[in-house]
Amino acid sequence: MSGTGRPRVVLVDDHGLFRSGVRAELGGQVDVVGEAEDVAPAIELIERLVPDVVLLDVHLPGGGGQAVIAAVKNEHPEVRFLALSASDAPEDVIAVIRSGARGYVTKTISTADLADAIMRVADGDAVFSHRLAGFVLDAFAAAPSPADVKPSFDPELDQLTSREREVLRLIAQGYTYKEIARELYISVKTVETHVSSVLRKLQLSTRHQLTRWAAERRLD
Amino acid sequence: MGIYPGATLIRPRPGRRLSGKAPIPLRGNTGDDGHVQQDPGQPAWPPFRSDRSDRSDWPDRHGRGSRHDRHDRHAHGDWHGPPVWVSWAERWLNRGDGKPLRRDPEDRIAGGIAAGIAAWRGFSPTTVRIVFVVVALFTRGWAVPFYFAAWLLIPARGAEASIGTRARHDSRGIALAVGLASLLSVVLLLAGVLNNGLIDTYGWPQVVSVACLALIWRNAPEGEQAAMRRLVEPLESLGTGGGRMRHGTAIRLTVAVALLASGLGWLLSTHENLALLSPLGGVLLVAAGLVVLLGPWWLRIARDLVLERQARARAEERADMATRVHDSVLQTLALIQRRADDPQQVVQLARAQERELRSWLFEGRAPGEADAASFAAGVRQIQRDVEARHGVPVEVVTVGDCPLDDDIGALLAAAREATVNAAKWSGASVISLYAEAGPDAVEVAVRDRGKGFDPDAVPGDRKGLAESIHGRMARHGGSVTVNSAPGEGTKVTLTMPRSATAAAQTGAGHR
Repeated sequence: MSGTGRPRVVLVDDHGLFRSGVRAELGGQVDVVGEAEDVAPAIELIERLVPDVVLLDVHLPGGGGQAVIAAVKNEHPEVRFLALSASDAPEDVIAVIRSGARGYVTKTISTADLADAIMRVADGDAVFSHRLAGFVLDAFAAAPSPADVKPSFDPELDQLTSREREVLRLIAQGYTYKEIARELYISVKTVETHVSSVLRKLQLSTRHQLTRWAAERRLD
Repeated sequence: MGIYPGATLIRPRPGRRLSGKAPIPLRGNTGDDGHVQQDPGQPAWPPFRSDRSDRSDWPDRHGRGSRHDRHDRHAHGDWHGPPVWVSWAERWLNRGDGKPLRRDPEDRIAGGIAAGIAAWRGFSPTTVRIVFVVVALFTRGWAVPFYFAAWLLIPARGAEASIGTRARHDSRGIALAVGLASLLSVVLLLAGVLNNGLIDTYGWPQVVSVACLALIWRNAPEGEQAAMRRLVEPLESLGTGGGRMRHGTAIRLTVAVALLASGLGWLLSTHENLALLSPLGGVLLVAAGLVVLLGPWWLRIARDLVLERQARARAEERADMATRVHDSVLQTLALIQRRADDPQQVVQLARAQERELRSWLFEGRAPGEADAASFAAGVRQIQRDVEARHGVPVEVVTVGDCPLDDDIGALLAAAREATVNAAKWSGASVISLYAEAGPDAVEVAVRDRGKGFDPDAVPGDRKGLAESIHGRMARHGGSVTVNSAPGEGTKVTLTMPRSATAAAQTGAGHR
């Protein structure tokens, strides 16, 4: 993070109006250090600036958000990506998460929540919108059958624990982390740990459903 | 290992561990006998298996196999000392699960008696059933009424009282039982004169069966009704012939009349002597007398039953209609009052309501009921409707999906009502609707961060929560939890357990 304690943010979105809107709204809470509207300029910009957080539209001309992540993440693993989308199509969201984004929010999110999500991602936590939580629950819903899972080194990755499930269900119902912590009598930190663990499973699990979604986006 | 070679055999052992070792047979008759032992994959060893060489050897027969069935949870020690027959006798007394005789509602064909006896005495249920059928054949059907009497008198496992205890207070049921029994007697009397064969032999015991069945039918708990229905329908038409047909369609009536007429004609034509007609005439007189004597009573019982059923149906219909009127018309009227200053909105609401009401009254499509194809689609329709009507955004998250049935329809209707309530009263800027179709239950959580309320302080005449949500869910076996406090928002959780068949259907469909 920068010396001011405010995360340095790069906006990648092909809608100029949306970018200026976000910049204006977030201006007080984060440093928006750059903007890009396409994949290639975005990669160049991120590699030059090395921001804390990249706010990344899932749908970008020229390869989509995951192309940006794929190009940058090996060189600069410290750059964190928060995916942003107007669409609710699970395959888009799962694909961008599996390529390495630390979270996903919808574009209808309020400014305060968006700022909060950026802070969280900058701190290394995962951010799930209620919709993403729903997708993940859906994808992990049934116990994995042998046919459903490709040979995996770590079968634990293919299932959610009941606690993780509980946390996701509450996120899906629109609870904030603080509310979840109160509801389940655990600390906010523990909630964050659970969500991060779910994110890890989401990225590493070989469940057929997840790999299929990813494969459809030519990612795997 | 005991002194007596047999002791090892009769010592109870879990069947699963037998696979590798060849057991030591009781009377030194080795050979093929050693392979009779339980195959671990088989549920129980039937005593009538043909590969047995020593069938007459009863203690040995009972000593094996059934020891290994899953009802046997006794752990005896390794026995030494007493003569073989003592241990046989002891074992005979100690076999079974050691609990009092109870009907087994889990594993049943009719009343679960066979499974109950099997568990009680440590046999395989299949054995008991086969024995029962054989006994029933040899006793000319008299085992059947005993079966039904046992059904009536032996409590089901887990239930504290038998059906009979409840039936004692069911005077109308007793009247029905006596009525049915007497009706069947008359039919059998007639049948006996016309044809002195099977009906006469096997029919009379069923007079008792029918009476028992009538009592069980009226007093059995919900879960047993299904088994009853399966059992009674064939018996009803078979046992009573054309005498009493509840599902009397025209076809069955025609067939029955044709059969009776041709049978009668055939009898008369083959015998052709009037000697047959004289007892027939006597019987007809007796039957006519019985009908005159008991007919009004039978009619009254039948009428009472019909009236009772109609009254129940009417009450349910009225409750249903009140719920629907509340959900549609009253809601719209309230909305119109609130938006009185916006004539365009009022016209729109009135028109939509009119359309809905017409489709309900004249096309039979219920308002408030989702006409969507699946559970998730129904939830999204709630979202669309509430957003359009009340202008409050609804955030929907669905997990899994399942096809619609009556229960899911009721769940959706209740969820719609809960969402509308939240939109109308909570003042929240957004409502969250979470819908999850799991393997065991379907759940909808409606949550808002609005002003909340005290659930205990809701007046009884506020119909929304009480009838539309609680009543609706309760009628379909679901449950409702309301979490709310003033200033804290509200969360209504609706849970509908899934019927076994519905869950099985969608098990594959679950993406």
